[in-house]
Amino acid sequence: MRSDLWGDILQLTAEHLLLVLNAMVIAIAIGVPLGIYLTRHRAARPWLLGFSNIMQTIPSLALFGFLIPIPFIGGIGKRTVIVALVLYALLPILRNTLIGILGVEASVCEAAVAMGMTDGQLLRQVQIPLAAPTIMAGVRVATVTTIGTATIAAAIGGGGLGVFIFRGVASVDTVQILAGAVPAALMALAADWGLGWVERKLSRL
Amino acid sequence: MALVEFRNVSYQIDGKPILRDLNLGVEAGETLVLLGRSGSGKTTALKMINGILFPTQGQVLVDGRPTTSWDPIKLRRRIGYVIQEVGLFPHFTVGDNVGLVPKLEGWSAADIDRRVNLLLEKVGMPPGDFRSRYPRQLSGGQRQRVGVARALAADPPVLLFDEPFGALDPVMRLELQQQFLALRQDFQKTSIFVTHDVREALLLGSNIALLAGGRLDVVAPPLQFRQARSDEARAFLACIDN
Repeated sequence: MRSDLWGDILQLTAEHLLLVLNAMVIAIAIGVPLGIYLTRHRAARPWLLGFSNIMQTIPSLALFGFLIPIPFIGGIGKRTVIVALVLYALLPILRNTLIGILGVEASVCEAAVAMGMTDGQLLRQVQIPLAAPTIMAGVRVATVTTIGTATIAAAIGGGGLGVFIFRGVASVDTVQILAGAVPAALMALAADWGLGWVERKLSRL
Repeated sequence: MALVEFRNVSYQIDGKPILRDLNLGVEAGETLVLLGRSGSGKTTALKMINGILFPTQGQVLVDGRPTTSWDPIKLRRRIGYVIQEVGLFPHFTVGDNVGLVPKLEGWSAADIDRRVNLLLEKVGMPPGDFRSRYPRQLSGGQRQRVGVARALAADPPVLLFDEPFGALDPVMRLELQQQFLALRQDFQKTSIFVTHDVREALLLGSNIALLAGGRLDVVAPPLQFRQARSDEARAFLACIDN
């Protein structure tokens, strides 16, 4: 085993984590407001859900490939990777935001409206707090998937733990493959556990 | 002048008439019971008073102003609303549920505090025991008591009740009906009360409006209502003749 392998693992894990964090912050910033928008605009639902559904069906390697020639958001490197990861993460967040808010008991919303709450108050004080566990479940699923998908980033020069995996596959080096796969798997488990804990905290009620 | 007035009100959904040419006034201090079978249009009529629904023809006037010209938020904060499912916020304590409208109206914390304690006391839920509990820790009857306290919180001149005691067991229902009468004594509110239970209508109403198929069939105070001769009124009165 090379002496600097541990150093590489640490550095690429950090890089991987940064990719995932960037992508998740953007995906949440887009997905939650968009999901809220869909609760108020029924007609837009099939379009936006259809779009995010289709994004999920595109094989990840192909999606990276498609993005490369696109100006501004495409090209080689981290930016393209983050765009692709955001597109993947969008559906679970969008869908769970919509389902979570629509799932708030009708009588609770009826009472809120009849008490004279504005739509903004209904949303902030009632619907979002009550939908929070469901929204959080969407974020958890999206994060775990993104950690796995991000390993493919290395194919277009995005870095991260995929660098080990691609290198290991090319040189038939199991140690290299494991050096990428094990930290990625551990990261996914940790995210699943940590976000699951947050989710349970939110659904105490 | 009537506090709430229906003027030639009709309501249709997809061409299907729910209410037809309803004319009805509710005077200040009165308890008007809207009595009728399922689908008679009584809940629809109720929801027109606080601007959840608007008439397709005619006008509903509150304080002499058509609901269409009210700011719906202002209108609703002047009207208490109690529904069968109660609809307490599960993530709010009992105290916060009751204090909701005063808080939206910007009352001071001390005023809200005093009001919440007074109302919980009035509905038979000692604040010391109940204020910081959550709705899930209450029985159905207790929840509805909190629902009534919440509706009274910002001292609205008008209260709407949509079959509020329909889901309770008979003993609990009688208790809450008695409490309704006691609260009416204390607060002198104008109430519109929807029910399909003729006994409840006779017990609580100072005036009873019987709806049948979206039309007003009979309007009469309880004693005269007992003598009403229409088929629908007799069908309802037959429920208590045994």
